Amino acid sequence: MGLENTVFESLPDVLTVKLDAVVNWARKSSLWPATFGLACCAIEMMNTVSSRNDLSRFGAETFRASPRQADVMIVSGRVSRKMAPALRRIYDQMPEPKWVISMGACATSGGVFDNYAIVQGVDKIVPVDVYIPGCPPRPEMLIHAIMMLQEKIMNESVKDRVDTFEEESRQSIVPGTLPVTIGTKLEEASKNASTRPYTIASRHEKRRSS
Amino acid sequence: MTDTKVLLEFVNKLKEENSAWIADLKDTLGEVTATVPRESIVDVCWVLKTKHGFDMLADICGADRGPEEDPRFEVNYHLFSTKHFNRLRLKVLLSEDEPNVPTVVSVWKTANWHERETFDLFGVIFDNHPDLRRILLPSDFDGHALRKDYPLRGYEPYSLT
Repeated sequence: MGLENTVFESLPDVLTVKLDAVVNWARKSSLWPATFGLACCAIEMMNTVSSRNDLSRFGAETFRASPRQADVMIVSGRVSRKMAPALRRIYDQMPEPKWVISMGACATSGGVFDNYAIVQGVDKIVPVDVYIPGCPPRPEMLIHAIMMLQEKIMNESVKDRVDTFEEESRQSIVPGTLPVTIGTKLEEASKNASTRPYTIASRHEKRRSS
Repeated sequence: MTDTKVLLEFVNKLKEENSAWIADLKDTLGEVTATVPRESIVDVCWVLKTKHGFDMLADICGADRGPEEDPRFEVNYHLFSTKHFNRLRLKVLLSEDEPNVPTVVSVWKTANWHERETFDLFGVIFDNHPDLRRILLPSDFDGHALRKDYPLRGYEPYSLT
């Protein structure tokens, strides 16, 4: 939002408690998941928003094709090693605040695919808020996970989240994608590009682990 | 059971053209498989395409018979004709020390990606291929995943476990 930083700086601990309640309520009541179907779990995810289960009762039915407009990533299915950099990049493209749901046994632990091709748990790549067991989980379980996430959001504080600085966000590009071109020439940028593996914790993750 | 008479005629015509082209012939289950020496695979494919109407390369498959076998690798070419609707299989046998086979991209352009796939998963090297790099596995992958001696969980260190 940006507002919370200003308020917190000028009026520390005075307004923020009530502000937390308002902001968290707004955030939890309008979760916008990113459409990120990877395997059969995605079929259950589609079913979750269909008329029978109707996820919109809980305010999270607006699936977005663009990560720029989403704040929940539902990793529904097994993540192959080749998909891992793309997944991390999509996560990085989502604006803060953002949350991740690991849906199903494969996304959580690799599931039955204990082999060279599949990432053994998506939490190796992105921080996960809610894990759902099942193969695949029923739509009710996904709804339950989203309600658990809403509970978690209600206990957060706007003080925890500091907007990522512009400079840092510019560097949070997965290697092998786009070089930094603002103010520098392309050759210089590619020369100075730091090799940042997609497993390094972002600012967002550092906050959570503390 | 399909009658293989027509297919055997094609093979006989190839034999008439050059007797060294067909090293072995199998006629089972209505399918004909001709084993071709490595050096002559491009010529055989070219003749089959231009003279005998096999204008479509349906697939190129690799096969690993196991590290103890010699020849260890097979490359199978599945040909199809959209004119007379027959299917023919060509087979090239390769040893482990020299898994090289000439590319047939000059005959069928679709061979490009099929050969990249075979290289990716079996490590068969297609000589003179225009762009021989991995197609399915990540570009930094170590080893060739469908070889019989490839460990299921990959080589250590496994970066994401």
